[in-house]
Amino acid sequence: MKILVAVKRAIDYNVKARPKSDGSGVELANVKMSMNPFDEIAIEEAIRLQEAGKAQEILAVSIGSAQCQETLRTAMAMGADRGILVQTDEEVQPLAVAKLLQALVNKEQPGLVILGKQAIDDDSNQTGQMLAGLLGWAQGTFAAKLDVQSETLEVKREVDGGLQTLSLKLPAVVTADLRLNEPRYVKLPNIMKAKKKPLDIVTPSELGVDISPRLKLVKAAEPAARAGGVKVADVQELVAKLRNEAKVI
Amino acid sequence: MEREAMEFDVVIVGGGPAGLAAAIRLKQLATEHGHELSVCVLEKGSEIGAHTLSGAVFEPRALDELLPDWKTLGAPLNTPVTEDRFLFLTEKRAFRLPTPPPMHNHGNYIVSLGNVCRWLAQQAEALGVDIYPGFAAAEVLYHPDGSVKGVATGDMGRTKAGEEGANFAPGMELHARQTIFAEGCRGSLTKTLFERFQLRSGVDPQVYGIGIKELWEVKPDQHLEGLVSHTIGWPVDQATYGGSFLYHLENNLVAVGYVLGLNYSNPYLSPFDEMQRFKTHPAIRETFSGGRRVSYGARAISAGGFQSIPKLTFPGGMLVGDTAGFLNLPKIKGSHTAMKSGMTAAEAVFELLRVDDKIGREAVDYPHRLKNSWLWDELYRVRNIKPAFHWGLWVALGYGALDTLVLRGKAPWTFRHTPDHTSLKPAAQCKPIDYPKPDGQLTFDKLSSVFLSNTNHEENQPCHLTLKDAGVPVRLNLAVYAGPEQRYCPAGVYEFVEESGQQSLRINAQNCVHCKTCDIKDPSQNIDWVTPEGGGGPNYPNM
Repeated sequence: MKILVAVKRAIDYNVKARPKSDGSGVELANVKMSMNPFDEIAIEEAIRLQEAGKAQEILAVSIGSAQCQETLRTAMAMGADRGILVQTDEEVQPLAVAKLLQALVNKEQPGLVILGKQAIDDDSNQTGQMLAGLLGWAQGTFAAKLDVQSETLEVKREVDGGLQTLSLKLPAVVTADLRLNEPRYVKLPNIMKAKKKPLDIVTPSELGVDISPRLKLVKAAEPAARAGGVKVADVQELVAKLRNEAKVI
Repeated sequence: MEREAMEFDVVIVGGGPAGLAAAIRLKQLATEHGHELSVCVLEKGSEIGAHTLSGAVFEPRALDELLPDWKTLGAPLNTPVTEDRFLFLTEKRAFRLPTPPPMHNHGNYIVSLGNVCRWLAQQAEALGVDIYPGFAAAEVLYHPDGSVKGVATGDMGRTKAGEEGANFAPGMELHARQTIFAEGCRGSLTKTLFERFQLRSGVDPQVYGIGIKELWEVKPDQHLEGLVSHTIGWPVDQATYGGSFLYHLENNLVAVGYVLGLNYSNPYLSPFDEMQRFKTHPAIRETFSGGRRVSYGARAISAGGFQSIPKLTFPGGMLVGDTAGFLNLPKIKGSHTAMKSGMTAAEAVFELLRVDDKIGREAVDYPHRLKNSWLWDELYRVRNIKPAFHWGLWVALGYGALDTLVLRGKAPWTFRHTPDHTSLKPAAQCKPIDYPKPDGQLTFDKLSSVFLSNTNHEENQPCHLTLKDAGVPVRLNLAVYAGPEQRYCPAGVYEFVEESGQQSLRINAQNCVHCKTCDIKDPSQNIDWVTPEGGGGPNYPNM
């Protein structure tokens, strides 16, 4: 089986995101970017399936600017066999990403697609679901555990009430949640080897996909600063404040 | 335990201006002479530039030599200096002084040194240098004959207790015919090399300053692109060596910082709070009104200059950049000399390596070349300026003028340095300093500041701030010096906490911004800063 894993280059999780002063988006100039942490988990899972003999090839796909090659190299240093970059400097929104991935799935015919459940930059949490819909495949989102059989796939999902187990028919789309695994450290020699692994570059138009945005960003702003708390003397004062000032009771 | 090993011709420890300039120069020479030469740069930060912090006004002299067409190559030197101001502050007033000649910045650029390094790394990679950010060189390796064999990266995935965790990955050995140490000020491996090869014997101790910097986005009407402004005087007294910088970059960004000599004597002094207080001066505060602070960081700098330069070479390797200490203090610049030292070392190394394959040779030609370069002359001339501050600010300014204008650095005497960790007076002899509370607009506390440095360390790893004697912090530092580590650390790493009547030192190592001040200033040199897991530490943008 071939596994396709989508990896996004996103603002690093250590970086405190800051809106641009004109509110047109998040400041990204010279800010550290790295692989979306949920996508790292997705790659790790694919590698573990390969190490367990359940997959033959891992294909990492990224969509975006030329710098996404670095993200693909990281995926390959972790263990992916090859990479494809769909290169564009345009903004790509979840539906466009799903359509681009659909086109690549049709071309590459993987038996399983693993994505992060969401990217930590826009927190959309849409691509996996849209991709499954477009492909007409089964989907197992927020995966905490995978068990791949020859024709089926058992997915333990993180849901509000606990864990839900689904049995899916392959091929399927899975999105990785935090507890699926803990990604490995990348080793130095593997970074060197990854530089020699194949990386193909295609464009959205070569895949025949229209990526024009359908959503408009109105404004990026910092959340309002939290007002300082106050200490109350007793329950009466608390109730009075909740009623008269906070107006919540 | 067996570690994997990789072989290179040259391994460079540290991806700052010195290390990257060395890497570029090596590859240039290899290409010129048609030699194969493998060059690897290790960087403990998560990416090149992540740990780079500087003012910075950049003198392009070394860059002009290294990459003369830097403009067409897109170097981020975007803001030529248009005006120099030098002010003396009293608590309420500011007096304009003539700008001392070394601080004239005509022809220089205001830059983010981190961004310059990011760009240098691109140039190096284009020449075929292997750059590995996220890997800390944690150990020097030696051949049986005692020469340096290379370095080993630190283990990843050890638990706090030092055991191998689930994702444990052992460090790698990187073997090299020559290893260039470009760790920056107070390099943790350099420290061990000083001892092993007695590199500091016969030279003055290194002395240091701590620089604390913030990056602000200011209102357009407060912004004067290209303006460079320095102050001395308030908020520190005239016995304390300190001064500020205020650089107006492009896009309404202003870098503001405060540099304080680590030879201060009052253990109650807090460099961080002096920096915060400085911003409240009537002549300064307007700049920031209505602006927002976007980044924060701190780093120690080597200030000893000429008389503190150690022996630079040893069998199998050498020191370049600020880990050796090439900063020109009166100019308050060190990246041009750091780059020049890296380039000079590269030239000596290349000559050495093209002759034969012998391992463990000493690049003795490197110091010779350096002594014949402008770097040596530049540092020699200004060698007496910083030590003159021993007599206080006014004498030092007077002496500085005399030395620069009349003697032109050719005085037949050289003043000496004493080590910074010996300068603290017992707390009982000093007055506590009452710093104003932060207002959250112009002045801030340490934790909200560290937050902006994007600092992170994997939590479950051995503490990288090691104590030689765990009893010293309470027994000596707290009892005699009122716990100075709580104040000199700009990141709130050290805290004394009381539990059931017992004081103990808590070390919040995750907050560490890798400035190295504790390693320098601890009165009994009890703190040994070692590298944490690679990739840990600050993630400075545009610093």
